[in-house]
Amino acid sequence: MQFTRATVQHVATLCRLALTEAEEEQMLEQLSSILEHVNRLAGVDTSAVPPTASVLDLQNVEREDVVQPSLPVEAVLQNAPDRSGSSFRVRAILEEG
Amino acid sequence: MSDPLPTLAACRKLLDERHISARELTQQALDRIAAVDDSIGAYLTVVEEHALAAAAAADERLAAGERGPLLGIPMALKDVLITQGIRTTAGSKMLSSYIPPFEGTVAERLQAAGAVLLGKLNCDEFAMGSSNENSAFKPVHNPWDLQRVPGGSSGGSAAAVAAAEAVFTLGSDTGGSIRQPASFCGVVGLKPTYGRVSRFGLIAFASSLDQVGPFTRTCEDAAYVLEVIAGHDSRDSTSARQPVPTYRAALANHDLHGLRIGIPQEFFVPGLQPEVGKAIEGAIGQLEQLGAKLYDVSLPHAPYALPAYYIIAPAEASANLARFDGVKYGYRATEGDALWDVYAATRGEGFGPEVKRRIMLGTYALSAGYYDAYYLQAQKVRTLIRQDFDRAFREVDLLVAPTSPTTAFRLGEKVDDPLAMYFSDVCTIPLNLAGLPGLVVPCALAHGLPVGIQLMGASWSEGELLRVGHAFEQATQGIGLPSLTVP
Repeated sequence: MQFTRATVQHVATLCRLALTEAEEEQMLEQLSSILEHVNRLAGVDTSAVPPTASVLDLQNVEREDVVQPSLPVEAVLQNAPDRSGSSFRVRAILEEG
Repeated sequence: MSDPLPTLAACRKLLDERHISARELTQQALDRIAAVDDSIGAYLTVVEEHALAAAAAADERLAAGERGPLLGIPMALKDVLITQGIRTTAGSKMLSSYIPPFEGTVAERLQAAGAVLLGKLNCDEFAMGSSNENSAFKPVHNPWDLQRVPGGSSGGSAAAVAAAEAVFTLGSDTGGSIRQPASFCGVVGLKPTYGRVSRFGLIAFASSLDQVGPFTRTCEDAAYVLEVIAGHDSRDSTSARQPVPTYRAALANHDLHGLRIGIPQEFFVPGLQPEVGKAIEGAIGQLEQLGAKLYDVSLPHAPYALPAYYIIAPAEASANLARFDGVKYGYRATEGDALWDVYAATRGEGFGPEVKRRIMLGTYALSAGYYDAYYLQAQKVRTLIRQDFDRAFREVDLLVAPTSPTTAFRLGEKVDDPLAMYFSDVCTIPLNLAGLPGLVVPCALAHGLPVGIQLMGASWSEGELLRVGHAFEQATQGIGLPSLTVP
């Protein structure tokens, strides 16, 4: 399980994080040492242990499907970095043509 | 100025007997902030006009004969707690100008109870850190020694109470972010049972671990606050339908005879400062003098809590922080040709180093080929940690341990060594993984710096923790407030 510069670049792509070369270098060094510590977990015998995702005994939490007021469009758009009418405006997703 | 702002219980009496108005008390708090916060850095936003208006409204309610635990009490909130119409930054460049269009549940409950919001408190970016140095805006200085950190991530919340810049504050605790700064700043900090306080309006870090709780000067004060903020909320499906007791009522009984206290040896870690160990042992001795019986207990999987946490918390964070893409709110990078590039640039520029580190770590742990080895294994170890606590609480009523291996360290001391920083939470993380409540009570000064003892209980035992903490406070001198000298 080799953690390399290429791994750093792959993971950064997965989480949409632009890193500078210096950041990649530092990330490689720091994540390697953190993973080395975390790898101690492998030594615990968990063959008969179920995983815990939540400490609560909850299964599904259900409620009546009732229409309730939602935020006004203007309030939702007030923090938008860019907008067009009542929409969020972003760069083109599909190429033209 | 030995006591620039009274405790909550004292304020309550002064307000109820009309010896002081909420407006006067609020002005006193605002004056204190103006006098000392340039040196402390606890506040990111102060809302003076809002506070004075809220205080005036509280005065009207008091004049009409209304009474309530927090009516007219000036307080402040960690800046990961959403406040409608008031800038909420999460300590991040990403949200530096974000004004929430909705109200978070704790803010709503506090407001309904008549508490007076003074402002929003500095913290590590997205609550990730143990020193408050990851704030994108400014560091917080420990009121006991301005060259030292207040702890984190709720550093501003702890420092504001220690410096008497608010009667109480709220923070959030994912791996120790209430308890460790409470210990460093010499104040009371309570992390409730997971599900006790609604997380609606808490900017999510690790959703299965996050919990909101109070910072106060005394355990009695914490009981006042918890009573108001606890309880089920239909907007947080993980908030529990557990009745909320009158926590203050439980405090009357100071008798600790018959109380079984467990001392978990695993929490006295290698790296524990001798003076911290001595302070904790002294406090344990005092609890014994009050009638408690001591038992050695073992939580054999506790040493695996730190590595399990640094898989689970970053994994959840990497999913929670995916929403910050510069589309609907927050920072957006101007560079980049395609939408994809704008996302990456926005996140690369908007997040600080620790947040990036955790997103990367979490994404890696969840990625194809590593999920079983890291995430699933960490979740299984989490089960073992919870089982250790369950076993211990069949034999004893509560556990007592150090809060952090050290007292407050110097600013800059650990910024370049993430693992050393993470180690500061080694004694607090196990409780988050188990979802259990923990209370930190100041117990001693070591070379002039506070040490807090950590009391840990079974689910929903907040009342018992506060009772024991209160009895401890009544029997001991307390450490008081720092003699803050500011220019």
